[in-house]
Amino acid sequence: MAELSVAWGPREENKLLGTDVPRIEGVEKATGHAKYSADINTKGTAYCKLLTCKQGHARIAKLDVDDAKKIKGVLAIHVLQDVGDELTYDGQIIAAVAAERPDYADDGIRAIKLQLEPLAHFVDEDDLETAKALDAEHTEVVEEETVVKEESAKLGHMVRVKPLADDTNGDVAAAVEKAKAVHKGYYGVHTISHMCLEPHGSHCEWTGDDSLLVHLSTQNVSGTAGQFAEPLGLDAASVEVVCNYIGGGFGSKFAAGEWGLACAELAKEIKRPVRLMLDRPTELKSAGIRPSGFVEVTIAADEEGRITAWDSHHWGSSGLNGGTVSPGVMPYVFTFENLNRRATGLVTNTGPQQAWRAPNHPQACALSQTAIADLADKLKMDSYDVFMKNLEQTKRPEVYAEEMKIAAKLIDWKAKWHPSGEGNGPVKQGLGMALHTWGGAAHAATCLLRVHPDGTVESIAGSQDIGTGTRTAIAIVVAETLGLPLSWVKVTIGSSKYLRSGPSGGSTTIGGVSGPNRRAAIQALGKIFDLVAAKYKTDAAMLTVRSGKILSDGKEICTWKDACGLIGAMPLEVMGEGPKDDGLTDAQVGGVQMADVSVDTETGIVRINKFVAVQDCGLIVDLMTAKSQVYGALIMGIAYALSEERIMDNKTGRYINADLETYKLPRIGDIGELVVEMYQPDSEYQRGVIGLGEPPVIAPGAAISNAVANALGVRVPVLPLTPQRVLEALKGGAA
Amino acid sequence: MRRFEYARPETEAEALEMLNDHGGNTAVLAGGTDLISLMKRELVTPDRVVDLKNVPTLTEIREEDGGVRIGSLVTLQDMQRHPLLTEYQSLGHVIDGIRSIQIQHMGTLGGDVCHLPNCWYFRSGYGLLAIDKGVSLVETGDNRYHAVFGNQGAAKFVSASRFAPGLIAWGASVQVIGPDPNQSESIPLEYFYITPKMAQQGVAVLKPGQLISHIWLPAAGQRQSAAYEVLQMEGLDWPLAAAAACVEIEGGVVRSVKIVMGHVAPTPWVATAAGKILLGKPLTVDAAAQAADIAVSQATPLSNNGYKVQLARTAVKRALLKAIGHSEGGI
Repeated sequence: MAELSVAWGPREENKLLGTDVPRIEGVEKATGHAKYSADINTKGTAYCKLLTCKQGHARIAKLDVDDAKKIKGVLAIHVLQDVGDELTYDGQIIAAVAAERPDYADDGIRAIKLQLEPLAHFVDEDDLETAKALDAEHTEVVEEETVVKEESAKLGHMVRVKPLADDTNGDVAAAVEKAKAVHKGYYGVHTISHMCLEPHGSHCEWTGDDSLLVHLSTQNVSGTAGQFAEPLGLDAASVEVVCNYIGGGFGSKFAAGEWGLACAELAKEIKRPVRLMLDRPTELKSAGIRPSGFVEVTIAADEEGRITAWDSHHWGSSGLNGGTVSPGVMPYVFTFENLNRRATGLVTNTGPQQAWRAPNHPQACALSQTAIADLADKLKMDSYDVFMKNLEQTKRPEVYAEEMKIAAKLIDWKAKWHPSGEGNGPVKQGLGMALHTWGGAAHAATCLLRVHPDGTVESIAGSQDIGTGTRTAIAIVVAETLGLPLSWVKVTIGSSKYLRSGPSGGSTTIGGVSGPNRRAAIQALGKIFDLVAAKYKTDAAMLTVRSGKILSDGKEICTWKDACGLIGAMPLEVMGEGPKDDGLTDAQVGGVQMADVSVDTETGIVRINKFVAVQDCGLIVDLMTAKSQVYGALIMGIAYALSEERIMDNKTGRYINADLETYKLPRIGDIGELVVEMYQPDSEYQRGVIGLGEPPVIAPGAAISNAVANALGVRVPVLPLTPQRVLEALKGGAA
Repeated sequence: MRRFEYARPETEAEALEMLNDHGGNTAVLAGGTDLISLMKRELVTPDRVVDLKNVPTLTEIREEDGGVRIGSLVTLQDMQRHPLLTEYQSLGHVIDGIRSIQIQHMGTLGGDVCHLPNCWYFRSGYGLLAIDKGVSLVETGDNRYHAVFGNQGAAKFVSASRFAPGLIAWGASVQVIGPDPNQSESIPLEYFYITPKMAQQGVAVLKPGQLISHIWLPAAGQRQSAAYEVLQMEGLDWPLAAAAACVEIEGGVVRSVKIVMGHVAPTPWVATAAGKILLGKPLTVDAAAQAADIAVSQATPLSNNGYKVQLARTAVKRALLKAIGHSEGGI
């Protein structure tokens, strides 16, 4: 067989790779032909509504669904909790009612007899002191373990404070002593909820007594069949999970979920299809959150601005399991020689954590690179210079330096920068920056490439396109490798019955699908070259393919279709696997972001004037979708920087802004001018493909906060930077 | 949402008749932009919904008694385009601030004037006054968006109407009809709203079975007006605080002025003293700032909304300056 190298070809010869290619399913999505799980409505599909907890913490004293089952139109009720169970947060699901019509399901919910005995709640995740005071009152140490006192446990008290980490490296005290400048600061970032446009949920249909078809809104097509099978007593092989289109996942849709299993159980009971999608409040309350973090930092530098010491203690909450931002990513991107870091988790009566785009990184960036900018102010230096000076304490100083220079030029940093707080009038302008890193290695995946005798090509895998352009990327890789127009490649993904692919999380998919498809396409090409060489009596090693033609030494031998005609009656099938150590993919990316903001000091309103992102990600498969990723991430970042937060009410223990009026997300007018520059010198192309989904969402919090601090001359310590927090910081009060 | 009967009257008399069935457990459907949300949350559970959009007299804008009569079912979009309303600039400012094209097209003036509070405790089912076991949830819980004036009684929500401050500043009145078809009363909008001591009192003098047929604006004359809403978001958002001003300048000095704040109290809040100090003086930046200080001097912020006093102050200052065509500053 012709021996062809799998390595990516010379960059200048690419026809599709690295160009702007619109999504191949764009028309389907724009015209509504694309069917999401929420759209599946096969004949007889029953509606579902959920009964949820409306208290911060409670014990179920009574739960009786008998009358509810008798309500007209109610088909079945699936109960997820028992009498005596504790409901630990507002929004926790108690029961699901399947009915002929939505209003009958509502009738059923109202007829459920539920009595809750209130228990003590704690939801104030930034309040470490109150959490400690509660533990002092309600816990005791028994055999070196902190436990809740018996009487307190009956009232619902829990151990609220969990020490998580305490690391030391070098000698912080000595470094602080010697330092030219020392800054002590407090920073924070509140919890945000997953806010997928298409909520979590599924449509479940039993296709036999022991076979289940699930249309699941999932980032994990190949990995969820087993999650349905085991609890339902099925063979994993008897479950098919399908997800052709998904309206957002961002890390929260890897599991079947209790709602998914409830849907399958109901469908089994009523012998009809059931669709159960979370309603918006339950989506916000129960489908997953990004943990909060609040930190006290001491940071020190020498006279040249080189940071010599870092000491931090951060706390926050991920809900009942008492996690917070992973201590391992503090301080963010930089590794300082002298380092103390401590972390404490708070156990709160709030909904569960799910991975949120670049888990831990956005919070860590906002908790640490803000302190660096404040240290620069203390040194009376431009924060740009301090970041630049300290790049040597990162893993990729040269790349960051180049990216900083490009970003500075795009935002006109040197001309616009001023010492913090300078400026006349009520509206102040400021600049801020931050930088980030991410892995983005390829996940394990397989694909089947099928070349038909008519010359068309199919790529099949149990992967998913979570809105990132995965279908398009696969088509580009295959078409580029085979020298074909994009339209000749059909991409079939979205079923667990296809070849196993990895879950789309952690920016692993682009590498995960590019490698196997490139390898399979190269292998198929080798086989076709062998057939052509035999037929046309030429040397297979001399053959190349370009624009649908097979060439030998630059001369056309035959068309691609002619060549495929040699395959025979049946298609040629080749498997592709990955990842492999053959240079097609790599890991570790970075980026620099700079924000130019205006702050109205009389209202506390912050507006983005311009936001620049310079981002590397190795070899770019589709420039258009790569840039789209960055644009989307900037908008998502502006959201949590300026307006998006979960608001827990201490009094009731409830999530009181679980709706789209008060859970404030930006619209077009809120995002300013976004400038995306993909950093793509040849050195990046040569690294191979690396994931891009997570990294650009990391730096906006710190960059925007730094810009606001530069504008005001005052740090607004906690994100999001709402008018309230800005005005309180200006007044010198706690924000 | 609970099932309900849908009724579609074609005259005001028919509408009142239909509203007074079912023991008065009926709801008026204007644009529906909020009623549907209230019904989905089962905060409002009418047996019958009376859809007014086919009553032609409710959708007119016309001259009347030297002023302009705006039917309660007139949409914001229709108001924005109407030549009779161009002199009432503050109303246009509010429409621009609503920003959602959908709500501009569907939302009605009458619907806005009767909009129930957005208080998150009310919207979560704790009642209009949000009293739980004798304790005010607003007072003891998260009150960042609540009242900084008129909040010493049980009601601590803020009046939700976007147009009321501007309309009151113009001296508008509402025509309330019903419950009987021959009953009709003109009420100055300033006295339409109430601060309830008990939840069942509601937020306005409107009784069950009554509806607003139209809003009447006096002639604009030489008066100039503006509304300034502090909106955190550029998209659809509720003001954190707002103010409207109506000013008449003669010989370079203020001859008459009315300032009304919004989203700061359970009712629109008239800043009488602030207006008085401007009379007879040029409306300078300093004078506007001084009036703004006076407007908020009696504020009684709750535990977590002191910042709203500053927002109200800014809104008053900027509304006054904007009314006379000065640059009001800000972003």
